[in-house]
Amino acid sequence: MLLATIKRTLRVSFRQPSELLNPLFFFVLVIALFPLGIGPSEKTLLLIAPGIIWVAALLATLLSMESLFRSDFDDGSLDQMLVSPQPLILVVTGKVISHWLATSLPLVLVSPVLGLMLSVDNAGILAILISLMLGTPILSLLGAVGASLTVGLKKGGVLIALLIIPLYVPVLILGTSLIQTAQQGGDYTGQMLWMMALLALTAGTAPIATAGGIKVSLSR
Amino acid sequence: MLNVANLRCERDQRLLFDDFAFTAQPGDIIQVEGPNGAGKSTLLKILCGVYDEFEGDVEWDLDDYPLYLGHRPGVNDYLTVGENLAWLAQLHEQTLTQTEIDRILVEVGLHGYADVPCSNLSEGQRKRVSLARFYVFTNKVWILDEPFSAIDAAGITSLETLIQHHADSGGLVLLTSHQPLRLSNIRQLRLDPQPLDPLLAGPLQPREER
Repeated sequence: MLLATIKRTLRVSFRQPSELLNPLFFFVLVIALFPLGIGPSEKTLLLIAPGIIWVAALLATLLSMESLFRSDFDDGSLDQMLVSPQPLILVVTGKVISHWLATSLPLVLVSPVLGLMLSVDNAGILAILISLMLGTPILSLLGAVGASLTVGLKKGGVLIALLIIPLYVPVLILGTSLIQTAQQGGDYTGQMLWMMALLALTAGTAPIATAGGIKVSLSR
Repeated sequence: MLNVANLRCERDQRLLFDDFAFTAQPGDIIQVEGPNGAGKSTLLKILCGVYDEFEGDVEWDLDDYPLYLGHRPGVNDYLTVGENLAWLAQLHEQTLTQTEIDRILVEVGLHGYADVPCSNLSEGQRKRVSLARFYVFTNKVWILDEPFSAIDAAGITSLETLIQHHADSGGLVLLTSHQPLRLSNIRQLRLDPQPLDPLLAGPLQPREER
């Protein structure tokens, strides 16, 4: 069922390329504009690179979160998922995984190029990849909780941000600190393990909360 | 098969039902009646577990899940007719072969539409996609919210035959509809909501007519 949900959701996303490309363009544009705005000084860019990359990734994820359950709510698919022998948690997990594959994985994959634009060295780029690879699934999992709670509202976009950004802050701090440590040539195993722990924690709990949120949203 | 007791539900300052009770057996067709906003859809949603802001007991004696058709058909616009049906089948742990999909599409009058994206379909056709499940799935209980809306005359006749056949072969059908139905063995369940004002609301008795 997990695989069936992933397959269905990916199929739906790839048939609306604009939805798929929006977060990616947002991510690339924000990062590309920063050097233009503050000048090409290598020293400044290196200093702000971890922060820019992480804030852009965070906002790009947030931007795409609202549509996670929107169409399934509007066309009644969520009702069908609830009135079925399939556990809602499984369906929800499938949706989050496919959301990550379709919108966050492309961000992770282009991040080395953007790192180069900000004149980050090889060790730093590796750290960017690792931190985003571990961090973006956490962002998707937490964002799904917010999306499930606001899907019943007509305008849930701002509310999602208010609900979810506080939860994103620890990930943001760990992610940027991981890259900064790498830039200074330090050992970032600590941050990596913390991010893995956070990922394990959210992967275990967020789908339960999301399934609960969907039930609340449908009971209206 | 279904036992509802002491059901109480408030919504938007109105008491939709209080101390509401009824039972249903295999072979029954129950038509929930009432004016617009009487809580017909809410009752059906409560019965299939989508809506849980209520008090009281809903007991099912059932091995599988009910098959539910809501106001929103559960059909994704970006998937084709065949993909939508295959997905709905997977949700109910049933397997649909391509030939079966083709066969039921002929039954619901969508022959040749298997590979058409649902965004190209009309409202009535979308409803038919959602109704197509009822021709093959093996679920014992059907819960149908306005199944006849947006469907043409021939479709209505075909659906009535299908519902009658399902009930005659031991299934249970609960439905809402504003039009008179040509079905035997049907009974009506009337909802009369009361304003939630202690001065206006009297004791509310569900009326059950045969």
